[in-house]
Amino acid sequence: MPSRIPALAITAFTATSALGRGRAAHLEALRLERSGLRDNDFTSTPLPCAIGRVDSLEQAPLPAGWSTQDCRNNRLAWLGLQADGFLHAARSAIERHVAERVALVVGTSTASIGATEDAYARLEDGRFPSRLANPQLHTPHSPGLFLQQVFGTRGPCLTVATACSSSAKVFAKAERLIRTGVADAAIVAGVDTLCGSVLFGFNALELVAPEPCRPFDAARRGISIGEAAGFALLERDADADAPRLLGYGESCDAWHMSTPHPEGLGARRALADAFARSGREPGDVDYINLHGTATAKNDEVEAAVVAEVFPARTRASSTKGWTGHTLGAAGILEAVLTLLAMEQGLVPGTLNTTRPDPACGPQLALHNEARTIRTAFSHSFGFGGNNCILVFGSEGAR
Amino acid sequence: MSGNWLEVDLRGIGWWSPAAPDWPSAAALLQEGAAWPGEGAARPAAHVLSPNERRRAPEPVRIACEAAAQACEAAGCAPGELPSVFTSIHGDLGITDAMCAALAMDPATLSPTKFHNSVHNAPAGYWTMATGCREASTSVSAWQGSFAAGLLETLVQCRAEARATLLVSYDIANVGALGAALPESRAYAFALVVAPSGGRRASGRLRARHVTAPAPAPKAPAATSLQPLLRALATRTPACLRLPAGPGTALELELAA
Repeated sequence: MPSRIPALAITAFTATSALGRGRAAHLEALRLERSGLRDNDFTSTPLPCAIGRVDSLEQAPLPAGWSTQDCRNNRLAWLGLQADGFLHAARSAIERHVAERVALVVGTSTASIGATEDAYARLEDGRFPSRLANPQLHTPHSPGLFLQQVFGTRGPCLTVATACSSSAKVFAKAERLIRTGVADAAIVAGVDTLCGSVLFGFNALELVAPEPCRPFDAARRGISIGEAAGFALLERDADADAPRLLGYGESCDAWHMSTPHPEGLGARRALADAFARSGREPGDVDYINLHGTATAKNDEVEAAVVAEVFPARTRASSTKGWTGHTLGAAGILEAVLTLLAMEQGLVPGTLNTTRPDPACGPQLALHNEARTIRTAFSHSFGFGGNNCILVFGSEGAR
Repeated sequence: MSGNWLEVDLRGIGWWSPAAPDWPSAAALLQEGAAWPGEGAARPAAHVLSPNERRRAPEPVRIACEAAAQACEAAGCAPGELPSVFTSIHGDLGITDAMCAALAMDPATLSPTKFHNSVHNAPAGYWTMATGCREASTSVSAWQGSFAAGLLETLVQCRAEARATLLVSYDIANVGALGAALPESRAYAFALVVAPSGGRRASGRLRARHVTAPAPAPKAPAATSLQPLLRALATRTPACLRLPAGPGTALELELAA
């Protein structure tokens, strides 16, 4: 078992998704129980499904200095870091700590593969067109390379790509970099955008619902895919009001590339590590933002684990009915939603869900509830059986 | 300005490239003065995978698992007990090429198997399945600094959690139109098992820190940036060297017997 770790302050955070730009837009959609999902209007080949699309990216090219890195994924990153004054907060942290001591850890699943798909659709004599010739657009580290230039960090910079747990794991990487003294602060990010690969890929696996996703519903039919960018700034010391990262648990299922372990052994292992690092017990947990993708298997396994591990008073929900499954950005988007829930004393419901799967315990919240949240968990489980669970606290001192 | 030094014990090394199917043969080539442990055409044994998976698994999975298994064996560690870090510049270029080509032709023809194997953590997924490993596993990428980023992440994890940790660095040769748009790449897999310093089974010591001093210019193929480290390991020579980490940054390494 890992040892308990010192809490880290989260001194700035933001998200941009189908719900809008920044925290206020997300909070408003949560309060109104208004989904950001819409009929698929993204793919030129028809695919009947719902998507969580961020508006106006098509009309928002990167500023001239970054035109060689212009692509949907970097546009979303650029849009996202303007919200809630995050860029300013990050740059002032870099001034405080000096650039060499600030790490940048980015999570993504498909990076800017949309640009690669675009290049294949427009090959000229078998070669990429010049507009898409920059090799840095066609590599998993594409968002890391772009964001490092934008923020101006000079500490360690890497992209974590573990499918749908990517931008949950960025918090764990950042915490270790700070605890071992490699960095004094870290900017963590998650960016993933809609692209043909994920829409038609998940469709080929028969995991895409023809309707807006219904997490944990007995009649759920699969996922709705979304896109998002999220950012957070982690530091050792901050004022007492800043929420805290209390711990995390990472594990593997060692079972299958695209379906979870039937008894949730990987999820249980991640939970055990998250309890150990945070010094919390199941009875301390007020809210869990579930992975809750609305696939048959994920929800069945996750529901059973939560029903068994947590007491009835713990509230749990999936917010994917609001945003869709934003894949490599889901970890940080849902971390931001969890931090908002904690700040506002608002347990989000499980949108679109009316009749819960019998595997669900009493923890599942179908509708919004007002509740004081001191300790919250956020679950992220990815392909390759890669799991990460984050623990957040509302108070610095405890 | 630099980060802290992180020191670990070196416990085991694994290697696969088309002309050197294991670390002893790679080390022999390097000791004879080879610049790189050879080119050729071969498939790795990858005995750690089940026969079915070995036959079907994409090349990055086979070569990464082969090097990882060698490093664990050399370290005397049970593979199922090691947290792991996998690092690669490009991931599976072959699958990305095939997926993008299928999408451009007819999206309905996209193969579900190719899609789930397309995730950057596919080698880690197959490795953990083959070895029954439920420990933390991270897959990372950092362009030309991918090896340095993976090594730093491995050392950070090893020190922070006080546990032996597996690093696997791999890439494959360029494929298709995507390959033509990228700097030259070369097929190899290199694995290290490191452990908290002061253990009895150490075969050497390694210290590293992130620095902002200029790094050596990235080489093409990027894997050849590993050359000085591989040579020092093969000849068991103490060495101080710098690996490219990112724009204007490097990972400074000290290797001691």
